[in-house]
Amino acid sequence: MVKDNKPRKIRLSANPTAEALADLRIGDIVYLDGTVYTAREGVYKRVLEDGIAMPMDLPADSAANFHCSPAATQHDDGSFDLGAVTATASFRFSKWIGPWLAASGAKLIIGKGGMSSKDYREHFVPHGAIYLTTVGYGTGALLGRGVKQVSNLHWKKELGLAQAMWVLDVENFGPFIVESDLDGNSLFERENARISASLDKVYEGTRPAVLKRFGETDDRSDEMI
Amino acid sequence: MINIELIQKTAESLMAKAAIEIPDDYLTGLQKAANDEDGDLSSFVLEAMLENYVAAKEDRRAMCGDTGCPRWYVKMGNEAQIDGGPIALEAALRRATANATKSVPLRPNRVHPLWRTDHDNNVGIGAPEIEYGFEPDGNWIDLVTVHKGGLFGTDYRMLFPSDGIEGIKRFYLDSLVAFGKRGLACQPAIIGIGLGGSKDSCMVLGKRAACLRMVGDRNPDPKIAALEDEFKELGNNIGMGAMGFVGKSMVIDCNIEVGYCHTGGMQMSVHAFCLSSRRAVARIYDDGRVEFRTDPAWFTDYQRRETVEW
Repeated sequence: MVKDNKPRKIRLSANPTAEALADLRIGDIVYLDGTVYTAREGVYKRVLEDGIAMPMDLPADSAANFHCSPAATQHDDGSFDLGAVTATASFRFSKWIGPWLAASGAKLIIGKGGMSSKDYREHFVPHGAIYLTTVGYGTGALLGRGVKQVSNLHWKKELGLAQAMWVLDVENFGPFIVESDLDGNSLFERENARISASLDKVYEGTRPAVLKRFGETDDRSDEMI
Repeated sequence: MINIELIQKTAESLMAKAAIEIPDDYLTGLQKAANDEDGDLSSFVLEAMLENYVAAKEDRRAMCGDTGCPRWYVKMGNEAQIDGGPIALEAALRRATANATKSVPLRPNRVHPLWRTDHDNNVGIGAPEIEYGFEPDGNWIDLVTVHKGGLFGTDYRMLFPSDGIEGIKRFYLDSLVAFGKRGLACQPAIIGIGLGGSKDSCMVLGKRAACLRMVGDRNPDPKIAALEDEFKELGNNIGMGAMGFVGKSMVIDCNIEVGYCHTGGMQMSVHAFCLSSRRAVARIYDDGRVEFRTDPAWFTDYQRRETVEW
């Protein structure tokens, strides 16, 4: 809670070395250089469930998978108009993430809201991967500025613009915050634990609802994901 | 007679404005929150957001890559007549939504719920939503577009008179804490609360409270206005800030709207608009004048009327 305790800012390759990843601490601010690609449920299903070969050479082309659909359009001449870029919530992709890290060799998963530390320990740690979260979930214009060009768009016809695989050449692309480290620690879980410690006091003077609901919890240290 | 091409052209401008330009009232509220915030990570997030809004305006690109689910609120003065009638109006708003999705560009978010069909233009069955209101006088039409996030931060609960204010507070806190974790609600935001009505109208009231009122305005019922102040304070004292990090900026403002309900019940809905609170408004007159503004001015005395006659 001290304002002069500013987070570190770090430039990182989208194909990072193990040493560079080991140097990162949760809460660090990261800006990326290199190539990133978008892949979410559409791509995961197609590759992991339907067994269709990936249209890119991964991780050689890129080790950074962005959970994202850009606000972008492709013109009739094939050129692109890319405006803002914002991540989508990653916890929904939990069931695919282990097989995906194995298949793609991704070292950086970028998205909104992170995943659970259980996912990090079971899937990320064995593959030497970490999770970067976008900031505020609305710095779409800043991220858009970091995209130098759309170098390819795969599976537009098969998956539609929102689910297609966008390949983005980026420079000083960020900010992102390091949400998980190589040991599988989660920044969000650390913050949640700190906040939960004083929630009882906040709830003083409130009362549980007369009519209950199935599946309801009164343990507010629980997470929703 | 209000010209239909003018309606479509204005609607297209509104789509771009809502996506790109942060409303002034909200920006002022957010700047204040950024000044008050002392959590290190939350502070960083708010500063990055403020920088982002400048970049969006300079580059004329959307503030957020998830441009939400565009929707329309249309209000007509009683004397307004539209060239081609309501069918032409709806077609114009659907065309404007589709055209702006390509020209801004916006993310084509809207898909079929089961078949995931995407028309790549934010238009489909029931999309965009178009809601209507009327005012006693005037030969104008107000177009309001809101680009509301579509996934997190909203909840409904059937409460009862015996739950009282303590129960209302509990459900309010539950909604903020649950969706605030990991920042799923994209806080800080304007929080709208609907009280009463029936389940559907309670949701409508709460959503409109979040999307169609300005930061700083207050419900005309002084006791509800006092609750709005109290709830804003309560939300900012949870200990949580932007992205669910330790901090104190959750609620830029809290707006409450009420509707008469069943004598045994006290329906409640909570809605978080998002960090960018995207809305844009224009009034089009039958003489061809167009006035852009950011205040939807939706909740007039007429919209909140209690009497049989007006």
